Amino acid sequence: MEFLTDLLNNPGITKALWPATVETLQMTALSTLFTVLVGLPLGILLHATDKGGLAPVRWLNVVLSGIIVNITRSIPFAILMVSLIPFAALVVGTALGPIAATVSLTIGTIPFFARLVETALRDVSSGKVDAALVMGSTRMQVIRKVMVPEAMPGLVAATTTTVVTLIGYSAMAGLIGGGGLGRLAYNYGFVRFESDIMIVTIIVIVLMVQIVQILGDWLAKKVDHR
Amino acid sequence: MITIKDLRKVYRQGGDTVVALDGVSLDVPTGKIHGIVGHSGAGKSTLVRCLTLLDRPTSGTVTVNGQELTNVSDSKLRDARRRIGMVFQHANLFDSRTTAQNVAYPLELIGVPKAEIKTKVADLLELVGLGKFANAYPSQLSGGQRQRVGIARALATDPDVLLCDEPTSALDPQTTDEILELVKKLRDRLEITVLIITHEMHVVKQACDSVSLLEAGRIVEHGELGEVINTAGSRLAATLLPLPGDTPSGEGRGPILDLLYSGEQATEPIISLITRTFGIDVNVLAGSVEQLGEQQFAHLRVQLPAGTDAAAVREHLLGIGVAVTEKGGK
Ligand SMILES: Nc1ncnc2c1ncn2[C@@H]1O[C@H](COP(=O)(O)OP(=O)(O)OP(=O)(O)O)[C@@H](O)[C@H]1O
Ligand SMILES: [Mg+2]
Repeated sequence: MEFLTDLLNNPGITKALWPATVETLQMTALSTLFTVLVGLPLGILLHATDKGGLAPVRWLNVVLSGIIVNITRSIPFAILMVSLIPFAALVVGTALGPIAATVSLTIGTIPFFARLVETALRDVSSGKVDAALVMGSTRMQVIRKVMVPEAMPGLVAATTTTVVTLIGYSAMAGLIGGGGLGRLAYNYGFVRFESDIMIVTIIVIVLMVQIVQILGDWLAKKVDHR
Repeated sequence: MITIKDLRKVYRQGGDTVVALDGVSLDVPTGKIHGIVGHSGAGKSTLVRCLTLLDRPTSGTVTVNGQELTNVSDSKLRDARRRIGMVFQHANLFDSRTTAQNVAYPLELIGVPKAEIKTKVADLLELVGLGKFANAYPSQLSGGQRQRVGIARALATDPDVLLCDEPTSALDPQTTDEILELVKKLRDRLEITVLIITHEMHVVKQACDSVSLLEAGRIVEHGELGEVINTAGSRLAATLLPLPGDTPSGEGRGPILDLLYSGEQATEPIISLITRTFGIDVNVLAGSVEQLGEQQFAHLRVQLPAGTDAAAVREHLLGIGVAVTEKGGK
């Protein structure tokens, strides 16, 4: 009981926890939005330009897949974040805060998400694509009306995984000025040795991940008619 | 009406070239069901892909109702493809769409108004006997029902030609017959031309008016069912009317003849005819008699007494329209 009263009187909880949670949610939501906006078309392009795809273009596939996606993905996220700080500052005018962190988070997760999209699309059988083409679909119609809807369960799962990853990354971003729960845990839990705040932060993050995963699984099931 | 002229398809694999189609020419008249049979690797799938231009033929032309599909622009090709309805081995339905939405797909592509799509889809589902399943998803249907949806979808744009690629290969015998009956009914009702690619002779017997045998990228035998069966030495005939596997060869006793005949001759007592005409005993080693379409067909293997003049018997039988192949013996 005493532990709980202590906790409820701790300014780290009463004053800082809520804004930090909101910041984390903000970062995660915004980066998810931009990651999907850019990563989905990129993933589609990766799939379409590949050998046997809808519009095979070898050089473009090599550039997109081999150079951009693979190189970005092979840089450890912490290093990528730090190296993107100047770029984030250029885009949003500041190197600090959740909005700046969103820029680095988005750039860091796009290639990851694009690969997941590509994999989900690859699971759509070529027979369905053939059927769509034989019925007179344009390539754009094949993508929009067949490939994406047919891959929807996989795409939802990919988005869920990406959101979960982003929650984790956003905590990391907190350490380099991004704010949010990561910052809270660092400031109170690490710098001031207030391990109860550390524990509460961890619980909040775990809850967030659980909720996202449960929602994502539910949605994936709902769109899956296979 | 579908016309294929000198279709060739050469695949390049690294340094090697594979000639998958080696000059295929074919005419299927309007309202007929034509079967194309061939062993694995004969080029059946390649032919289908070239007919729908999923693969560009290396050379040659495909014409459907006077419109050439080869050598047209992409947008013309899409229009032309709507003249061919295609049915696939595994139906290839879209799992994210209900039965009705699957059938609606080709109509959505060309911007048919919603209300019109609704009535057309309802009519098509009724036509293939799936009126009650409009809102079911493909995963809730049986293989035969899925194939019916595939057929309804293929017919949505009122094509002139129905192209069926192994349409029953994934189905059990009873469902196979139901699907073939449906195809025949649709041909009669809609006056479409049907091309069925298959490796099942049963499908040819059950549904086809004419048949081609594809081998190593060439059509090596071709003709109407009755015609093909009456051709001496025809491999199609031998597979359409197979003799039992354990047929005795009767080696070393007397001349052995394989007789193939149809229609009127099939009802005539051929054996007693030989006996009466030549005054010899005839031993039947094996035989199969079947009704294919409207006609009766027979395939018999007979042995004549040693020393008989087989050539004379053969001559006589050929004279009354029986195809004869000598299988050896003395
Ligand atoms: N994309 C391709 N690249 C190279 N060779 C190919 C390709 N597709 C088919 N072939 C070759 O063309 C020939 C004909 O193949 P095809 O798939 O048309 O045979 P099939 O009659 O459909 O056989 P099956 O009954 O086994 O399906 C084969 O020798 C095959 O190896
Ligand atoms: Mg094949």
